[in-house]
Amino acid sequence: MYYIDPHIHMVSRVTDDYERMARMGCVAMSEPAFWAGYDRGSVDGFRDYFRQLTEFEPKRAASVGIQHYTWLCINAKEAENISLSREVIAMVPEFLDKPNVLGIGEIGLNKNTKNEAQIFWEHMELALKTDELILIHTPHLADKYKGTRMIVDMLRDDPRIKPERVLIDHVEEHTVRVAKEHGFWCAMTLYPVTKCTPSRAVDIIEMVGNDKIMVNSAGDWGPSNPTAVPDFIQEMRKRGYTEAKIRKIVYDNPLEFFRQSKRFKFREPA
Amino acid sequence: MPAIQSAPQILDQVFLDMRAKLLEVAASLDRLDRATSADTVAQDPRRQRIQKTLEILTTQQKNRAEQLQLLFSDTYDEKWARPGAR
Ligand SMILES: [Zn+2]
Repeated sequence: MYYIDPHIHMVSRVTDDYERMARMGCVAMSEPAFWAGYDRGSVDGFRDYFRQLTEFEPKRAASVGIQHYTWLCINAKEAENISLSREVIAMVPEFLDKPNVLGIGEIGLNKNTKNEAQIFWEHMELALKTDELILIHTPHLADKYKGTRMIVDMLRDDPRIKPERVLIDHVEEHTVRVAKEHGFWCAMTLYPVTKCTPSRAVDIIEMVGNDKIMVNSAGDWGPSNPTAVPDFIQEMRKRGYTEAKIRKIVYDNPLEFFRQSKRFKFREPA
Repeated sequence: MPAIQSAPQILDQVFLDMRAKLLEVAASLDRLDRATSADTVAQDPRRQRIQKTLEILTTQQKNRAEQLQLLFSDTYDEKWARPGAR
């Protein structure tokens, strides 16, 4: 089955991973800007990273037949540095006409601090001003519930925000309804130990339905699995779901969300 | 989207896995109790939360996973100070 991984950090993965994903049916992916594992020292560090996301990764993906898209921002972990964050936010528009950029992301909260909320809000302003889609990272573990509620509060406080143009990521059992009941898109991340397993992700679908929801691997430089979406497909098959039901979550839904971006020019596999 | 499989079918599929995970929890509790300073751990909020989850598991409610998640979550105050224009 063809599938799309809507959240994966390929700059941290080797070309063999691209190859393996392609063999398993991955035809497109989107890569949100992320933390490098250390705080970058300057706005030029981000400029170079954005070049990697908009120039080099699409080529590497194309070499195995995968279409690569991306999202730009400074992530929540680096948002404590307000002045650097503002420099990055001011620089992002330099890249907004690159053909593989889908919008602003993954913005969000990490430890739910005042500075993180401020920078989240300023990213939101940028997305509104430039009419871009938004992809949102929600915190992990004990911070997730509070952080997701805070994010939804900020989005709902602004009447200009169109919920169907926002994706709230890393939802789990206690946050999926917080995101869904207000009309936002949401995604579940299949990640060892700290996030969702394929079986819990299918359980969540059984509880809230398969509308406006998708799954991703969020593969990065940490312990993660770039072929987690095929594991989810396998779990759905094991439970007897039709190919059409599975395809809606791993292919049709990401396409429907991404198609709202004016730059998304997906070529259906023949 | 209701599950396609019946409960007996699901039990066939998950029984060994559930048994293994429960044994892992039981063995971890035993390991904690066997170790030195076990009484200090008894006061640790993490250990107390684990105890509370065991209670949640014995209820008949259908959202036990969600309840466990909330138990392991920080509290949210809807009146938190919102950011704004600088
Ligand atoms: Zn990510």
